[in-house]
Amino acid sequence: MFLGRVVGTVVSTVKDAALKGQRLLIVQPVKPDLSSTGKRLVLLDCTGAGPGELIYWCRGKESSFPFLPEQVPSDGTIVGFVDELHLQRGR
Amino acid sequence: MLIARVIGELVSTHKHKSHVGRKALIVQPLDLDGSDRGDAVIALDAVDAGVGDRVLLVTEGFSAMTSVGRPESPIDMAVVGVIDRLDLDPLFGTPRPHLK
Repeated sequence: MFLGRVVGTVVSTVKDAALKGQRLLIVQPVKPDLSSTGKRLVLLDCTGAGPGELIYWCRGKESSFPFLPEQVPSDGTIVGFVDELHLQRGR
Repeated sequence: MLIARVIGELVSTHKHKSHVGRKALIVQPLDLDGSDRGDAVIALDAVDAGVGDRVLLVTEGFSAMTSVGRPESPIDMAVVGVIDRLDLDPLFGTPRPHLK
């Protein structure tokens, strides 16, 4: 999974029927120090996250599993909020 | 599988139910010379690894889900082993001291 910050939403009317009712969020991937890394992307959401929130997301086929038995065409889904990160570099 | 270092833990109260009861680790993938290989990722823990441990990281769904015992779940990465030691064939160089 990867860390990210929700920075926006996507509105789409014409889309796959299974995507109906799903929330499409724009997410900026971040590093553990919360600095941005890589490009923004669109993710589905199974948690109810909103703009500004720090989340973690899952990629690939696995990201459609939260919606089972519905077969939702997702290649990236937000799977949890981040409350705290406990970091310790080096040893 | 990747070699990685556990650098932290993630605390989340609101998350997918398949993640409940499993530790979420912040894991930094490493190259053989011990340098960072890309950005740190979040992986569920299948072997009770801790911060500072050098571990084996799977980055594909099926292996990750089965190792933590949660099939058909949104889990794409898991820590599946703690590394004791690396032995490189002398022909291909030796690991740097800090990797041993």
